[in-house]
Amino acid sequence: MKRIALLGMPNTGKSTLFNRLTGSSARVANWAGVTVDLASAKILLGGHIAEMVDLPGIYDLHGFSDDEKVVRHLLENHPIDLLAIVVNATQIERQLPLVLEARSLGLPAVLLLNMADEARRDGVQVDTERLAARLGMPVVLISAKYGIGQPEAVRVLAQSLADAIEIGPARRAALHAALSSDDSIERETAALMAEAVAIPVQLPEQVSDRIDRLALHPWLGLPLFFAAMLLVFQSVFWLGAPLQQGMTAVFDQLRQVALEPLAGHLPDFVHGLLLDGVYAGFATVAAFVPLIVLFFLFMALVEDSGYMARAAFLTDALMAKLGLDGRSFVMVLMGFGCNVPAVMGTRMMRERPLRLLSILIIPLSLCSARLQVFLFIVSAMFQPALAPWVIFGFYLVSFATMIVTALLFRKRFRNCEPFVVELPPWRVPTLGQVWMRGWLEVRHFLVRATRFIVLGVIAIWLLTNLPLGAVPGSAETLAGQLGRLFAPILAPIGIDAKLTVALLFGFVAKEVMIGAFAVIYGLSGEALAQEFARNMNSVQAISFMLFTLIYTPCISAIATIRIESKSAAFTALAVIWPLALAWLTSFIFYQGMRLFAGV
Amino acid sequence: MKSNNPNNHSLSDLDPGQEAVISAVHANEALHYRLAALGFRIGQRIQLMRRGRWAGPLHVRLGATDVMLRQAEADLIIVSAK
Repeated sequence: MKRIALLGMPNTGKSTLFNRLTGSSARVANWAGVTVDLASAKILLGGHIAEMVDLPGIYDLHGFSDDEKVVRHLLENHPIDLLAIVVNATQIERQLPLVLEARSLGLPAVLLLNMADEARRDGVQVDTERLAARLGMPVVLISAKYGIGQPEAVRVLAQSLADAIEIGPARRAALHAALSSDDSIERETAALMAEAVAIPVQLPEQVSDRIDRLALHPWLGLPLFFAAMLLVFQSVFWLGAPLQQGMTAVFDQLRQVALEPLAGHLPDFVHGLLLDGVYAGFATVAAFVPLIVLFFLFMALVEDSGYMARAAFLTDALMAKLGLDGRSFVMVLMGFGCNVPAVMGTRMMRERPLRLLSILIIPLSLCSARLQVFLFIVSAMFQPALAPWVIFGFYLVSFATMIVTALLFRKRFRNCEPFVVELPPWRVPTLGQVWMRGWLEVRHFLVRATRFIVLGVIAIWLLTNLPLGAVPGSAETLAGQLGRLFAPILAPIGIDAKLTVALLFGFVAKEVMIGAFAVIYGLSGEALAQEFARNMNSVQAISFMLFTLIYTPCISAIATIRIESKSAAFTALAVIWPLALAWLTSFIFYQGMRLFAGV
Repeated sequence: MKSNNPNNHSLSDLDPGQEAVISAVHANEALHYRLAALGFRIGQRIQLMRRGRWAGPLHVRLGATDVMLRQAEADLIIVSAK
């Protein structure tokens, strides 16, 4: 049985013609060496049955798009007796190069000039005889839409097919020669890509659509998304807690085995500063690094898969009620990693009021630095089974503060920014990509550690140990005096003098706070957690965490807000409003619990 | 912006799964450029995939590109049924 292939550019009416010629007998089949299914059908031409294949529409026979490769592979791997080239007659000038490319393959060919009716209306006149003579192939004017010229086309196809001689080895060799340079370029591209470029695997459209049907489901979409996020946080806990305990043990061992003997001969003041100040502070913070890295790895997974864009779709209607849009929600989620890049990410919004309102709520998202503080306090104060739920509760509080803030300020930052955003296909993130994110976080942490945390813990150690001769951490020290100064404000929300010092330094960077605990109590590891739990009850701890969650963005975030908003007044609002909200929230919680629960 | 002429709907009048061809875009200049960059051009085939709950955004497909946009923006895009 002889075979005809329909070749042409996209939107030339090629498939319309195929359907017209074949009726409804077409079947979709898989072709060896070709990655997509192609439609083919058997048709009766001049008393013989022939097979007709509808090739994908392509612009260039020597191109390297997926469709172009499919066409080339099919021509090479399957004998074709006749090429029926379909050209949109109204765009003949642009489409003739493909005809010439096809002719150079040396296969018998017929040129079908489709949309002849439209071409005539546009005043395009084609001298078919001269064109046929110059091209060396029959030319027929048709209109697949209306069936004009179809009998003539069928007759010419039948005639050409009957004339087409068996394709011998010489012609096959000529065909391969014509396409071989393309094949070698294709192979070399593939080799280069495999060696030097990693691209995330994009799921096929049908799979992507199937996932979307579930992920963007009208009722299940949002619950599924929050379940996925809950799973992420739970996994971070399950995987991270043992790692964190391991790190703590290593740092304790290192101190006992190596550092204590080494520093034993130093004067008391220097010994204390180095070991109880710098080392204890740094070690306490560093122990949480594995958890934070895990957190960022999982977030990278969620983001690179394309789920974040779905979250924007799912939440846009709700965010619109808050005067925000779906992108604000995605930035808030990014803020759970670190507020600074999330604030910078609002640049994609064009209207200033929308940007400012988003920037105002982003610092209220529970960033990974605050997560460290909460993980420390929660694991010291609560049962292991309860701990993840307490943390999850704080994420909900974080959302609640954002909603309250947006509702209060949406009138001041009224906007009508259009919401038009691309929805990327689902992707399988590459390991390298995800790993890169984790590594960047570690590096980011080390930079912060050298800049803020070490300086911070030294300052705190000095505050809790000076003036010389005072009992460390007592009321006579500078820290004690600071605590007294702030007591009228912080005592009503259950925060004592020692925690006041930690809060002051949390303003610099939230990670400093747990380093500060270590220095203030002069302990580290397990002993620190026990001492911490002895010093306060769970209501005080929650009040302290509520205040820490809301009270003010860290210095890096404030600097970023200043740069992005270009307004000192707005920056002041972004610092003062959360402070007020934090105090009110803690006050209501702490005094409420004292009043009603008698704590 | 509902229209009785079947060949002159706005994009937001389509039913999920329905396909149409863009015939006009009535956006201001900035939005016009943004829409064009995402593939909203006259003559482009467009399919409404789904609508978000609570009058949420529309999920549309233009060729190989998926885009979400709000009802307000979809009202600016005029399509003719295929």
